[in-house]
Amino acid sequence: MLKIKNYVKAKSLAEAYELNQKKTACILGGMVWLKMSDRTVSTAIDISGLGLDTITETEEEFVIGAMTSLRDLETDSGLERYTKGAVKESLRHIVGVQFRNCATVGGSIFGRFGFSDVLTMFLAMDTWVELYDKGRIPLSEFAQMKKDRDVLVNVIVKKTPLSVCYLSQRNTKTDFPVLTCAVSLVGEEARTVIGARPARPVIVGDEKGILKNFKYLSKEKKKEAAKVFAEYAAEKVKTGSNMRASAEYRTLLVKVLTKRAWEAVGGMTDED
Amino acid sequence: MKISFWLNGVYCHEEVEPGVMLLDFLREKGCASVKRGCETANCGLCTVLMDEKPVLSCSVLAVRADGKKIVTMEGMQREAEEFGSFLAQEGAEQCGFCNPGFIMNVFAMLKEIKEPTEEQIKEYLSGNLCRCSGFVSQTRSILKFLKYKKAQEGAV
Repeated sequence: MLKIKNYVKAKSLAEAYELNQKKTACILGGMVWLKMSDRTVSTAIDISGLGLDTITETEEEFVIGAMTSLRDLETDSGLERYTKGAVKESLRHIVGVQFRNCATVGGSIFGRFGFSDVLTMFLAMDTWVELYDKGRIPLSEFAQMKKDRDVLVNVIVKKTPLSVCYLSQRNTKTDFPVLTCAVSLVGEEARTVIGARPARPVIVGDEKGILKNFKYLSKEKKKEAAKVFAEYAAEKVKTGSNMRASAEYRTLLVKVLTKRAWEAVGGMTDED
Repeated sequence: MKISFWLNGVYCHEEVEPGVMLLDFLREKGCASVKRGCETANCGLCTVLMDEKPVLSCSVLAVRADGKKIVTMEGMQREAEEFGSFLAQEGAEQCGFCNPGFIMNVFAMLKEIKEPTEEQIKEYLSGNLCRCSGFVSQTRSILKFLKYKKAQEGAV
């Protein structure tokens, strides 16, 4: 059971950072995951009064405050337009509207949870995180880092030309995903992200150049590339077993979802 | 900690412990419509409106209600009775335990989407679990309620 000894509504990021240096302190996100934990928090630090609950769109990027709810992310017209509905697709299966009104982008990204639809989706874009102490770093780097005592301030999505498709598989609606898959062409770069393996999402590199010049290929060549890369991804991505699915089943899903997603990005199907 | 907030339209000042959840706090304040279901943020039974948005009171700290407008079904008696009759007529009310959270989310949905399609209804209410009805009769009751409200508006 979660126990909170003190609660502080931070008046500045500096204060939040300072308070958070104590190991038993904790920055509050939406609390939907934190409240499930069995721990004692000496100081719960609430950053909800710092104006970090908005999405600002400029010509170059989206700046998403760490306290933005998943529901606000889901209904943001700018992100919907930029990702052609992929961000919405990555969010709409997460429990229900009430849950998504509570859960925050910061909580989802900072937690770097294996099951995170949000992390998988954002890794497929040109995404950066802005940390109070370390400043801006690529999300791909942040996703691999060990958790520390820094404070996540904003998540930044640069408006690099993007074609993206997000897919997930669930045993039942509103449950955690058994596997998440986001593939994208970020500028010229082909990116494939697999999450809920059940470990943290990974970016599958295209070392063999299977998807090289993907967007310039003919439909037939694209289909072939999608199939070959899906097989490659299934070989490469390490999957595990838990109560929701076996490693073998997840590996099969890696192949199926990767193929479908690349076909969608290639314009052969309309998965997203 | 001292907090000030609106509970069903009444401005209140209360003292709360830092770790108390809004669900427990509201029930202590006499809002028995706010039900404790799964306590894992999954079932939607504890749904209340916070600044007009539906949230899970089992996952919101009571201190976070400071400065907010909280509405429970106690604050929507007339509307709940009106819609509740549609639930009853369609046999959507069996054990009834999920009804308060469900009704609060229906009102939140109708505030956000004026004329939801069946698909939108199912999606919006996917976070409200009911183990009796299988959702068919609930969906039917919402569609009939919408038709009734539209006819009422047309008659004015």
